[in-house]
Amino acid sequence: MSEALENKKAPKEPLFSKKNKKLVTDPLTDNNPVTIQVLGICSALAITVQVEQGVVMGGAVLFVLVLGNLIISLLRNLIPSRIRIIVQLVVVAALVIIVNEVLKAFLPDVSEKLSVFVGLIITNCIIMGRFEAFAMANKPWPSIMDGIGNGLGYAGLLILVAVFRELFGSGSLYGYKLLGSNIPGEEWGLYTMGYVNNNMMILPPMALVIVGVIIWIQRSRNKSLIEEH
Amino acid sequence: METTLDIFVKAIFSENMIFAYFLGMCSYLAVSKTVKTAVGLGAAVIFVLVVTVPVNYLLENYLLKEGALEWLNPAWADIDLSFLSFIMFIAVVASIVQLVEMLIEKFAPSLYGALGIFLPLIAVNCSILGGALFMQDRQYSTIGDATAFSLGSGIGWFIAIVAIAAIREKIRYSNVPAPLRGLGITFIITGLMGMAFMSFSGIKYADDAKKKDKAVQTTPEGNGASASGSGAPLNAVVDNTNIINKED
Repeated sequence: MSEALENKKAPKEPLFSKKNKKLVTDPLTDNNPVTIQVLGICSALAITVQVEQGVVMGGAVLFVLVLGNLIISLLRNLIPSRIRIIVQLVVVAALVIIVNEVLKAFLPDVSEKLSVFVGLIITNCIIMGRFEAFAMANKPWPSIMDGIGNGLGYAGLLILVAVFRELFGSGSLYGYKLLGSNIPGEEWGLYTMGYVNNNMMILPPMALVIVGVIIWIQRSRNKSLIEEH
Repeated sequence: METTLDIFVKAIFSENMIFAYFLGMCSYLAVSKTVKTAVGLGAAVIFVLVVTVPVNYLLENYLLKEGALEWLNPAWADIDLSFLSFIMFIAVVASIVQLVEMLIEKFAPSLYGALGIFLPLIAVNCSILGGALFMQDRQYSTIGDATAFSLGSGIGWFIAIVAIAAIREKIRYSNVPAPLRGLGITFIITGLMGMAFMSFSGIKYADDAKKKDKAVQTTPEGNGASASGSGAPLNAVVDNTNIINKED
């Protein structure tokens, strides 16, 4: 009798079960949203000139993705599948408006530099991709974990690319001049020895090449990710 | 003042959606395996951009901008609804895409056959919303300018995706290192194409002098991007014209 009762109750999953942890850790490495799922490239490349922009953008996407995943997951049985894209877009747009207003109020400089790319979080494929692929079919808690994982995976890659571009392109990290200063007349650090910034790094095409090289390294470390063509 | 032609040419070449702003990269990477599908998607993007940007322009200027509601009632002159622009623009894009899809299906079945599967994809293509947001950001003075911008951006996107599709078709016969195959090499080739496109930034536009001032203001300090050592570097989002100008 007691056994039957126990069988009736679905076995309750602990909040941080192995499966849920995997949802967070997978997108950080072998299922990275940018390098493997090929989602959210647009913004990943455009705003990685400085680490600060990368951090802010990563945080914004993390916020929108976690809350959006939660909302869509709660609504998943109520949304008619014919109009689900519009419903998803409205949810994202509302969240992005909140992010944009907060950035304008508290980080006006960064908001200025990110310009249209905050608004473009709406059409960031990561968000819609995760809604479609995960939140529409899963319970709220795993969806939150999935949101955190993918958001962090995206932010991580953004910051990685930004570190390379800012360090080699501007000789600084997060605005701190690590390699010295190259202002004419008051040079210090490496610049006194004739070091010159690689100006190519600041230009858009180098972002693509850096991501390409990251993909190359990742795939040569993990052969199972190699594509046919 | 920028002429309409300037805006058009600039949108195609020196401010190309793909190579300068990376907009619409997701579908650019996903649908560029063959030239045929690339042409289909590129045509659909041109079409939807040309339809949605002017509509969003009207919306921006007669509904959302500060003081835009004055034509309805002078007392509403200080209402600023621009925080609503994201949700309005995306709603317009999504509904117009739906509408266009239905109209094409009804009146031009052959075109629908060609564009069909790409149209729904386009609602979430960054370049469409990006077109609307750039239009808002740059405050074009007439609807003609906005349309020229949207047509130019669309054509620029079309050129980019067709070019990469042609290269990817050919690269199938080359011996690319295994881990670089597919996505990796596409990224690097796009980067190289972007560098080639940067040479278009030498085109001289009517508003170059004005642009120079703006570039100096908006850029972060101490990057030292230009060879002349003026210390005023490039922001990623500032277009490439600056380098050439400063070296002149």
